[in-house]
Amino acid sequence: MSAAPAAEERSVVLEVGDLAVSYGKVEALHGLSLRVHRGEIVTVIGPNGAGKTTLLAALIGLLPLRGDLVYLGERQSVGRSVEQLVRQGMTLVPEKRELFAEMSVTDNLLLGAFDRYRAGHRDELETIDHVFDIFPRLMERRQQLAGTLSGGERQMLAMGRALMAKPRLLLLDEPSLGLAPLVIKEIFRTITGLRSTGVAILLVEQNARAALQVADYAYVLETGSISLEGPSATLASDTRVIESYLGLGGRH
Amino acid sequence: MDLQIALLLGQDGVTNGAIYALLALALVLVFAVTRVIFIPQGEFVAFGALTLASLQAGKLPGTVWLLLAMGTAIGLIECTTAVRARRFHRLPLIILINCGAPLLLAASLLAVSPASLPLLVQVLLTLMLVVPLGPMLYRLAYQPVAEASVLALLIVSVAVHVTLTGIGLLFFGAEGSRTPAFTDANFAVGDVVLQGQTLLVIVASALLIVALYLFFERTLYGKALRATAMNRTGARLMGISGDLAGLLSFTLAGAIGAFSGVLISPITTVYYDSGFLIGLKGFVGAIIGGLASYPAAAAGAVLVGLLEAYSSYWASAFKEVIVFTLIIPVLLWRSLKTRHVEEA
Repeated sequence: MSAAPAAEERSVVLEVGDLAVSYGKVEALHGLSLRVHRGEIVTVIGPNGAGKTTLLAALIGLLPLRGDLVYLGERQSVGRSVEQLVRQGMTLVPEKRELFAEMSVTDNLLLGAFDRYRAGHRDELETIDHVFDIFPRLMERRQQLAGTLSGGERQMLAMGRALMAKPRLLLLDEPSLGLAPLVIKEIFRTITGLRSTGVAILLVEQNARAALQVADYAYVLETGSISLEGPSATLASDTRVIESYLGLGGRH
Repeated sequence: MDLQIALLLGQDGVTNGAIYALLALALVLVFAVTRVIFIPQGEFVAFGALTLASLQAGKLPGTVWLLLAMGTAIGLIECTTAVRARRFHRLPLIILINCGAPLLLAASLLAVSPASLPLLVQVLLTLMLVVPLGPMLYRLAYQPVAEASVLALLIVSVAVHVTLTGIGLLFFGAEGSRTPAFTDANFAVGDVVLQGQTLLVIVASALLIVALYLFFERTLYGKALRATAMNRTGARLMGISGDLAGLLSFTLAGAIGAFSGVLISPITTVYYDSGFLIGLKGFVGAIIGGLASYPAAAAGAVLVGLLEAYSSYWASAFKEVIVFTLIIPVLLWRSLKTRHVEEA
């Protein structure tokens, strides 16, 4: 809808500065800054409990946050709601998938386009074809109830449902969680493929090896703040990252 | 009891059961989407019936004032919020929807004499007066506490119910009203006479149930309501806000209640407080369905209607006792049968 000149190729979609999130008195994240550009895959890796899921939940408005947040060139107010952010093209694929278990795959996907439908767009059937192109498996399963899908298919459905909203910023929370290695490979191949559509992706992962392979830029999150950042290729050869997250050939 | 009486009672039971079924569906819908046990559902039945009766008697129904008052209250709240958020351009629309529309409706009721209008227009006017009270009630009473526990929401429901009953007494007085039958037609099937009125109620209820089914299965808004009932967080992430789902389900509940009131008004004399008992029977039906399954709730409600009709023949004084005692074996059976299963 908005004018997107070619010069905007490297335009910043999301810029976060000095972000802090607390659960009551406990500070889960502090002094966190990061930036995501259009058509870029940015990953945040880190161990369990570092605050990765908290970061995404706060960004999408499920948790209150403090700090500077600029999304699509607009400073975000404190009282922003999930619904407003969805309307502005931010979509989260949550760690727990949060599918509508007793509904068919097709209905799950259609609901992904609910906000666009409400705003007056009527292109959900074209978008669903596009999503079926990306995930042919969902096409085969389209009549099946979401609750009967395998783990990999559920992840595909959660991602496909998010894509139905035609997002400008896609937040992915641990897409590899609980999946078989082959399926993880497939999911990450899809994520790489999405880059060409111009969507900005913020990928949160424990599987550092897979994440660093697909991402352009990476941050390492440890106990609530960024400890390291840089282009993925640089980080992948950083001794600290190799020791803590990649292991010696990943064999121990 | 011979066959003829049995069939007559059956007819009675199915008619009432059809109305209880509508109310049971509304209760299940509201509970599934908002976790509110909607005790004031019955008040919508009473308000629907009494508003129609007032219109037919040529009086200005009191629900007009309630609509105006609630509209003004919501208008004030929304305007304050908009001014605080510095969204001044939204003010005219807020005032137009919340105050303008009820005023227009009141003015047109004063301008024409509703008693002389055709029945269908009177019914439409009744629905226009009563249905908006549903979403308004959600906005005023439930939305501010939407995240509260089921128990807190239940307490709000009790308060709303008591308030509305009081308002009903103020508006419609203590006397009951009964509207003339929609139709005098009778059909003889063998020895049995089928009343046209009975058929009308059953057909209208069935049509409404089919319409609801199509809404939930075929439209994106209906699916969004089901999605909210299934997975709140998932629905929010799709941009389906709890407020939107709440307003939508209360609108449907208001419409079902008012429509049931219109249907029941020629069958029984409705008093300002009759709604509670009618709603409660719908609730028994909904409980039989476990507050979750629509077909089971509807079937349960028809069972309640039949049980009521037959028990009024044999033990008229214990009619209500028998109906409400039904809930105990059902709850026992449910608690023995139900196992808690982790959701996917």
